[in-house]
Amino acid sequence: MVPKDLRYTKDHEWVRIDGDAATIGITEYAASQLGDIVFVELPESGRAFEQFATFGVVESVKAVSDLFAPISGEVIEANGALAAKPELVNGDPYGEGWMIRLRAPNQEEIDGLLDAAAYDALIAEG
Amino acid sequence: MPYGPHTADDRERMLAALGIASVDELFADIPIALRASRLDLPEPEPELELASRLEGLAARNRTDLASFLGAGVYRHWIPAAVDQLLLRGEWYTAYTPYQPEISQGTLQSIYEYQSLIGELVDLDVVSASHYDGAAATAEAALMTCRATRRERVLVSRAVHPHYRASVEAYFGGGLQVDEIPVVADGPEAGTTDLAALEQLLSDSDRPVAGVVAGQPNFFGLLEPMAEIGRLAHAAGALFVAVVEPVSLAVLAPPGAYGADIAAGEGQPLGIAPQYGGPYLGLLASTDALVRQIPGRLVGMTTDIDGKRAFVMTMRAREQDIRRDKAASNICTNQALLALAASIYLATIGPHGLRDVAALGAARAAELEAALAAIGVERLHPGPYLNEFAISVPSARDVHRRLLDRGVLAGLALADAEPDDPSLADALLVCTTEVTTSDEIARFVAALDEVMSGRPPVGVEAGAGAERGDSRHAIARKSARTGVSR
Amino acid sequence: MSVVGEKLQPTIFERSRPGRGGGKIPHAPKGALERIPTAARRATPPALPELNEPEVVRHYVNLSQLNYAIDTGFYPLGSCTMKFNPKLNEWAARLPGFASLHPFSPDEIAQGTLQLLWELEGILAEISGMRAVTLQPAAGAQGELTGMLMIRAYHRARGDTQRDEVLVPDSSHGTNPATATMAGFRTITIPSAKDGGVDVDAFSAALGPKTAAVMITTPSTLGLFERRIGELLDAVHEAGALAYMDGANLNAILGRFKPGEAGFDVMHFNVHKTFSTPHGGGGPGAGPVGVGERLLPYLPSPRVLPNDDGSFRLERPGERPTSIGRLRSFVGNTGVLVRAYAYLLAHGGSGLRQVSDDAVLAANYLKARVADAYEIPFDRPCKHEFVASAAAIKKRTGVRTLDIAKRLIDHGFHPPTIYFPLIVEEGMLIEPTETESIETLDAFADALNAIAAEAASDPDIIRGAPHTAPVRRLDEAMAARQPNLRWRGMTGAETPCPD
Repeated sequence: MVPKDLRYTKDHEWVRIDGDAATIGITEYAASQLGDIVFVELPESGRAFEQFATFGVVESVKAVSDLFAPISGEVIEANGALAAKPELVNGDPYGEGWMIRLRAPNQEEIDGLLDAAAYDALIAEG
Repeated sequence: MPYGPHTADDRERMLAALGIASVDELFADIPIALRASRLDLPEPEPELELASRLEGLAARNRTDLASFLGAGVYRHWIPAAVDQLLLRGEWYTAYTPYQPEISQGTLQSIYEYQSLIGELVDLDVVSASHYDGAAATAEAALMTCRATRRERVLVSRAVHPHYRASVEAYFGGGLQVDEIPVVADGPEAGTTDLAALEQLLSDSDRPVAGVVAGQPNFFGLLEPMAEIGRLAHAAGALFVAVVEPVSLAVLAPPGAYGADIAAGEGQPLGIAPQYGGPYLGLLASTDALVRQIPGRLVGMTTDIDGKRAFVMTMRAREQDIRRDKAASNICTNQALLALAASIYLATIGPHGLRDVAALGAARAAELEAALAAIGVERLHPGPYLNEFAISVPSARDVHRRLLDRGVLAGLALADAEPDDPSLADALLVCTTEVTTSDEIARFVAALDEVMSGRPPVGVEAGAGAERGDSRHAIARKSARTGVSR
Repeated sequence: MSVVGEKLQPTIFERSRPGRGGGKIPHAPKGALERIPTAARRATPPALPELNEPEVVRHYVNLSQLNYAIDTGFYPLGSCTMKFNPKLNEWAARLPGFASLHPFSPDEIAQGTLQLLWELEGILAEISGMRAVTLQPAAGAQGELTGMLMIRAYHRARGDTQRDEVLVPDSSHGTNPATATMAGFRTITIPSAKDGGVDVDAFSAALGPKTAAVMITTPSTLGLFERRIGELLDAVHEAGALAYMDGANLNAILGRFKPGEAGFDVMHFNVHKTFSTPHGGGGPGAGPVGVGERLLPYLPSPRVLPNDDGSFRLERPGERPTSIGRLRSFVGNTGVLVRAYAYLLAHGGSGLRQVSDDAVLAANYLKARVADAYEIPFDRPCKHEFVASAAAIKKRTGVRTLDIAKRLIDHGFHPPTIYFPLIVEEGMLIEPTETESIETLDAFADALNAIAAEAASDPDIIRGAPHTAPVRRLDEAMAARQPNLRWRGMTGAETPCPD
């Protein structure tokens, strides 16, 4: 079961809303599908992204995947700890393995994301 | 079939197992209208005859001349151990070490290669080989664009013309290349023009990603590398040094003068000239650029029992995984040549390599003095290591006439740079540790004779190139219909 | 017993002892470097290892024995064509007349090599049905870049500058999209059809005024010939685009299909695959490119040209202004091309056709031998290679294709290519080549079938494989997270300058 308090995308990102900031990462399912994550490329603060734009890249030993912004917004902070410890994404995908925080989330976009039950159903289909 | 194992009976057994009468049935999916016309090629040639044909062709090349030709490819003594070891089938009949458990030989040898070249260039990251110096330089230039997100590279006119052309071609997809001129006169003649470089860097509408210069440069001259690097960095650009590896035994390495990337031709490290390749593209960078460097990388790790082992790593940068977003399309590399370079360096050792570089320099000084004695001057006055250009009126003609006297008088620069009038009357000559004092004497005597217009005395035996000897030729009927005897 | 040697080796740096070695090069005279300005000189000598020759030889012989190679066993690496590398070719490439020839040698003293190169171009043109061939590209990927840059030049010369898209099937080699990007194009990936072929309808729908080219591999990376290739080529040309053929799988169709005759505009050859030049642990190769009439003006420079008197010469710099220029130094990997030439003449026309016949027969035979234990996703004759899938085995037992591949090592075989092409789940791409005997094919099939049975009876032994290699599975995550790419044990201070 995935955390109930988050919203999700079909591309296996999660979003945690916290006032006017949104924290974004990839789900445990995505991390396990990729395998041992060895590198995460994240944007610098201040960059703005449209919804579903590519904001970064995650690499495992033998695969690479683009990261898509679940909602639009400007980057407040990227998780610098992942540069030295990309394995945090595997070990704690919803906690220390977070990737970026965006400012001023758009409520309409958030409402359009999957809830935990819908995401659970999605990954159950495989 | 010279190397096939199948007897008629074997083929019958396989067809029977498939329940078909003829192998033609396996090709039934090729549309009839598109099936090939007959392969119009000669009959198979038995090894005895083929060997004789190949010997005949090889014998029609002349490699017995007193050669002063370098210009990017250098003759050196290759210790006998190098080729003996390369001939082991375990090296040359293996492929890319995709299965590390049964490829530790290749993997460790590449790690050692990365380490050896890293020492020579004094940089952190060495790619497991590129095609040649030209392609490595082009890849280095592309790296600077990716790393800086800028689209313009400056290449010194004193970088090897083939390398400059390759950068141009690799940039054919839309990136820009501008040439930095060389100084025309004075003590710095033939080296990169620093004032012009500064000007090119100052165009704020077209920011520069990288600056590329060679050490020694194409004319054999030593460049003010630290100064070029300083100017590049001041403009936010990266600095690419194009180097010759043997010289790095005695010349300051790229890491010492602030280069971000080193590229170069590894051929001098135990690889025969072979009329153009296969050679060894050297490419190295600082740690900061490790994500941008194209080509394979081998890292040290352990197996699940904790034993030390080696494996290809950071593979997600490569084309087979990242496809259209890969750092480069490179797949096949020059691993066997990287191995040759490693064996060469291990055999010759640090002191031997220094002797190779210093002996080449000593011979060059000897050549310079002997040429001066007959009134032939260097084209450029600046310091050089073992290669320099000389002023010779009607250089191409003189070059040809020396050939008839058994001397390969370097490169007529007009052949490589036909558009540069300042190089019309110049030969680029080089010496290495294999150059003998006798060869220098022959060269200088023949040159003196040709230039002073005296009639030739005692033309070398075997002189005069064979032309049109087609006794062994497979005549090509036409490009379309191919070959017949 | 291990399929390769068991003795892991210290690094060359750990073997080093200051003071060892020497005797190869005379000492340079004192002061030879005094004329070099101090600022240009190296302050600390490079910390290279010091070894005597016997020690070097043991190091590299022992290391070599840790490798699996064609010369030691069956190497069915799909898409790589790991056929036998003839020994005559090694001898030929080392003949001093070939090996010692400087690439800036005047044409008069290089006639033997120039003739060889010219004849080789002709042979490759005949095999491919192309109008002309350049031997310059150093490898298949550089050949692809050469081809795509020529296509770019072609469209530009016609003022057709809006064409910036290249269509590539999803089963293609990764080099195809990577090359398209390098040549300044955008890649449009087209999914494969259900039968494993190119989806001609999807391709046709994607073709348009923005399409510069399509890149097609036939037979495809699934080992299947594109049955509708004629229709596809017509549609491509109808749209004003050009067709690039990735020649990686040419070993299947020698004498059966000439891409130039069928309508392809350009293709590359992988001589280290089809024409037996050694793979060298990753390289070198050579990637000649053949072109049809449309791209002839754009071929890289220099070309080898015949003179009226029967001799040969290299094109001069700037002689043909329409050329795309050069992508590397000199004429090409000539040493590799000498080997390819020898291979081609040893076979002749009839032998080359037999090569493909035998390669295709062997692949179909091997496919039939393993078809009960593994799924064969595409039920039609394959060409020189085929894909088998362990998806059902994985579902039943949890044993993955990776595990099966590693277990093959314990049976004495090099594993096939795995997880490529990406479109087949738990796929392995198996290419036996024409130089493997029926006994070898049977032994390999027996091993694969035994492993399939073992997956049910003893899955753990497969998941722990290999058990008989000098090392077990490696920690690749650690290698990538904390990269150690270079030995740091020595310092320059240990090897002081002699003067």
